[in-house]
Amino acid sequence: MSVLPMTVAAGEVTAAERKALRDRLSRSTRPLCGLLLPLGAALLWEWAVHAGLSDGRLVPPPSVVYATFAELAGTGELQRHTAATTMRVAAGFGIGLAAGTLLGAITGYSVLTRRLIDPTLQALRAIPSLAWVPLFVLWFGIFESSKIALIAVGVFFPVYLGVMGAILSVDRKLVEVGRVFRLSDAAMVRRILLPAVLPAYVIALRSGLGLGWMFVVAAELLGASEGLGFLLIDGQQLGKPAQIVAAIVAFALVGKLTDWIVAAAMAPLLRWQDAFTPVGDR
Amino acid sequence: MLVLDRVGKTYPGGLRALEAVSLAAAPGEIIAVIGGSGCGKSTLLRAIAGLDRATQGTVTLDGTPVTGPHPGIGIVFQEPRLLPWLRVADNVGFGLFDRPGPLRESQVTAALERVGLADKAAVWPRQLSGGQAQRVAIARALVAEPQVLLLDEPFSALDAFTRVDLQEHLLALWAERKPLLVHVTHDVEEAVVLADRVVVMRPRPGRVAEDIPVALPRPRDRRAPAFEAVKRRVLTALDRSLDRVGPSAAVKPRVAAVGLAWG
Repeated sequence: MSVLPMTVAAGEVTAAERKALRDRLSRSTRPLCGLLLPLGAALLWEWAVHAGLSDGRLVPPPSVVYATFAELAGTGELQRHTAATTMRVAAGFGIGLAAGTLLGAITGYSVLTRRLIDPTLQALRAIPSLAWVPLFVLWFGIFESSKIALIAVGVFFPVYLGVMGAILSVDRKLVEVGRVFRLSDAAMVRRILLPAVLPAYVIALRSGLGLGWMFVVAAELLGASEGLGFLLIDGQQLGKPAQIVAAIVAFALVGKLTDWIVAAAMAPLLRWQDAFTPVGDR
Repeated sequence: MLVLDRVGKTYPGGLRALEAVSLAAAPGEIIAVIGGSGCGKSTLLRAIAGLDRATQGTVTLDGTPVTGPHPGIGIVFQEPRLLPWLRVADNVGFGLFDRPGPLRESQVTAALERVGLADKAAVWPRQLSGGQAQRVAIARALVAEPQVLLLDEPFSALDAFTRVDLQEHLLALWAERKPLLVHVTHDVEEAVVLADRVVVMRPRPGRVAEDIPVALPRPRDRRAPAFEAVKRRVLTALDRSLDRVGPSAAVKPRVAAVGLAWG
């Protein structure tokens, strides 16, 4: 009499265990799915060039790109150019971030300031940023300053809009809690508004950083003696597509790395968030 | 002593939300304010809390006019309104920023113990149930030891069991220091369970229709005939306040609201 339930129970356990194992396997292999397409294409191209189906002159196969990358890294060339580009992004990002945060916070908090300066800033935002380049070159010269100014402009707008929008959308009900406890203006900003806008601020920060990397390429393409953008132009003028791809890969790596640093640095501050977790990502 | 002297509120658009509401409440009293939707219950509470200014009349606490948020007046809203970026303990201690750290800590711990959530001190608000979150909100308001605690339909979003639970809990908390409670509700039973006086309000513009004393000993038995009798009296007053004659079997707020829309 007791045998039947027991076997059923045992069967259930193994079924559950099997399912758990399958889940764990699929969770660890899932990220690899995304690699199938690019890796497959790379291998296919490598094989095609090896088999003589293409000379791979204009589209270098992965092995050649890797060799170029390693060679540039070996001579220290790659590091020098990456450092130059990163410095420009850091400087432009710093300036754009500071200005965007400050003006966004002021226009978000004060209706009068918003009425005074927001229309002008919105009008300026409508100008394609690259249109500033000739003016910046006249104003700041052809060296670092004009490049940094262009990057700062690119970073400024997403940060400004993000901060202002976030402050304007802070829950009135939470602000009222601050009023009930008679917080001063400064305490209201520090204890209610700033924490409340933090999640939106991190997003603004990351999109600003993304635009910073975009604009550094533009700035360097327009004339630079070093930087990853210079490697791109150099590769084009000397007919070295492998160098161009190597520089692109370097861009992707540093861009992703800096984005990850920002996200990781902010993550501990956002642990309170009751955010949506995509299904299958828990 | 909390005194409301002919308090009125007219919104800029000309809508008269409150008209000449006069009320005097002694320390330690529990007053329930009840009425159909649109009768200005919440407006009245916000005027007492100093969150909105009354356009006519005055609110005074022990002779001092209340013109803004007042240290002696705490409020619990319909939603818990916990700050999601602070852990439960820091939420409870939010209003105690001017007190030295160790004192604040011991007060917070004591407050959490009183609402039975000592084990949740280090938890984020999102991890609490609705009832727990509202208990934290009550602890946050009470930890500052206010003379007056205002409650704006604090249990209306909770299920019936949790609501009854929290009503008992609120009474126990009140019994410790006996602040004046002004409890806005649309639940007749809740009003009669809690209050020494039930103030029935009448809409358009919001004003006091009736002030019904509840002379029942505590703890109150919700099924006792005397309890039923008071409940019926409040229901009748509510009916009258909505210009409907005859006692209806059950005036639910929804029904009251529909009646308002027709009337």
